[in-house]
Amino acid sequence: MNQANLLAQILEWMPFVLQGFVLNILMSVLAIAIGTTVGTFLGFGQISPNILIGAPAKLATQLFRNAPWLVLLFYCIFLMPYQVNIGGVMIQLPSWLRATIGFSFPVAANFSEIVRGSVNSVPRGQWEAAEALGYSRRATLFRIILPQCVTRMVPPWMNLYALLLTATPLSMIVGVEEALGRTQAAVQAQSDSRVLIPMYLALLAMFFLYTWPINRLSLMLERRFRTK
Amino acid sequence: MITNIQTFFQDLASSGINLTIFYDAFDFDRFVTGLGNTLLLILISALLSIVIGAGCAAILTLSNGFAAAIVRGYIALFRNTPLIVQMYFFYFAIGSIMPVGRNELGLPQPLISSFSWAVLSLSLYSGAFNTETFRAGIGAVHNSYEEAALALGYGKRQAFFSVTAPLALRFSFASLANNLVDLTKATTVAYAVGVAELLYVSNQIWSDSLNTIEMMNVMLVIYLVLTGAVVFIINRVEAAMRLPGFGLGDGQ
Repeated sequence: MNQANLLAQILEWMPFVLQGFVLNILMSVLAIAIGTTVGTFLGFGQISPNILIGAPAKLATQLFRNAPWLVLLFYCIFLMPYQVNIGGVMIQLPSWLRATIGFSFPVAANFSEIVRGSVNSVPRGQWEAAEALGYSRRATLFRIILPQCVTRMVPPWMNLYALLLTATPLSMIVGVEEALGRTQAAVQAQSDSRVLIPMYLALLAMFFLYTWPINRLSLMLERRFRTK
Repeated sequence: MITNIQTFFQDLASSGINLTIFYDAFDFDRFVTGLGNTLLLILISALLSIVIGAGCAAILTLSNGFAAAIVRGYIALFRNTPLIVQMYFFYFAIGSIMPVGRNELGLPQPLISSFSWAVLSLSLYSGAFNTETFRAGIGAVHNSYEEAALALGYGKRQAFFSVTAPLALRFSFASLANNLVDLTKATTVAYAVGVAELLYVSNQIWSDSLNTIEMMNVMLVIYLVLTGAVVFIINRVEAAMRLPGFGLGDGQ
C-alpha cells in the first residue's frame, strides 16, 4: 500500500475519532459546570469566619485537590450506582456520566482555591473602607469584593478548563468511548503498524487545536487585567 | 509482632474491613512493589523534569533564535495535550518503530520498557511546566542584579549562571512544589501503559480480593501522604537555601 492509500485510510477513521472527541468536550463542559458551581460554594466556605463551615470546606478542598484525578475517577466509576431512583424515575448513569462526576470533584476543589485566592488578593483596605461605610460582611463580599474578583478569576478558570479537557481521556481507562479509546480501537481495527504514529499525532493535534487557543486567550486576559 | 499485626487485620477482615495487604504475604509483596515503583517514578521524573526545566529556561533567557523557538514549541505542545495521549504516543506509536530485543526465554521484548517510556513522558510533561516556573522565577529577579554583575565585569552568560539563576531558583520554589505535586499525582497515568505502580497493583489486589473500597481508601491516603511529603521536602530545601535578607518575608 502506498502513501496516498495510507492517508486515505487514516482520513476514513477520522470522523469516528472526532465523534469521540465530541464526548471529551461534552464531558469537560458538564464537569466544569458542576465543578464551578460546587467550587463556588466551597470557596465561600473556605473564607467563612465560621469554623464549622470553614474547616470542612478547607478539608474537602485539600482532599480533592491533592488526590490524583485517576484515583477520584476510579472512586466514581466503581462506587457509584449504575442507576439512581429519583422520585420513582430510574435514571441510568452510563460510565461517561459517572466519569464526568468524577472529574467534577478535582475541578470543584481547584475552583474553590481560585475563589479563595482571588478574594484574598483584594487589598485589605477595601474591606476596611466598606466596614467604615457601614457595610455588613455579606454586603461587602457581594457588592464590593466579588465584583473585583470576577476578572481575576477568569484566566485561572480558563486554565482549569484546559486542564480538565486534557484530563478527560483518562476516562478511557475505565471504558468510556472517547477520542483516545476510539483511536486505540481504530488502530487495532486497521492492524497496520504504520498508522500508529499518524493516528496518535492526529489525536494530539485535536487536543492541541482545542486547548491552545484557550490557554492563549487566558494569558492575554491575564495580561490585560493586570495592567489595570 | 508481625503475627500480631496479621491477626489484627485478619480479625478486622472478618468484621468487614478486608485489608489483605496487611496479612497476606503475596498481596503485601505486590503492594510494596507498586509503592516502590511509584516512588521511583516520582523521584526519577522529578529530577529529570527539573533538569529539563532549568535547561529550557536557560535557553529561553539566553537565546532568541532557533533554540528558543524549539523550546517554545515544546512547551506549547506538551502543555496543551493530554499526558495520557502523550504517553500512548510514546509507548505505542514511537515504541512500535523501536528495536526489539529478546529476553532470556527468546521471546521478543522491547529494549525500552514501559517504565522507561512512562519516565520519559512524565519528565517531558512536567519539564514543560517547570520551564515556565523557572522562567517566571528569572523574571522575578530584578534587573539591577544583572546590571550590577555586568558592571563588575561579568559576561552576560556568567552573570546569568552566577547571579540571576541562583536567585531565580529561590523565587521558583512555591511554584515548583506545585508542579512536583502535580507530577506525583500524574504518576498514576503510568497505569495506562502497564507500569506496575501503586494504582496498578491496587487494581490487581482489589480484583483478586474484592476489597475495592478498602484498597481505594488506602491508595487515597498514600497519595495524600506522598503529596504532603513532596511539599515538606521542597519547603525544607527552600529553608536550607534561603539567603538572609533576600526573598519573601525577609525584606524588613
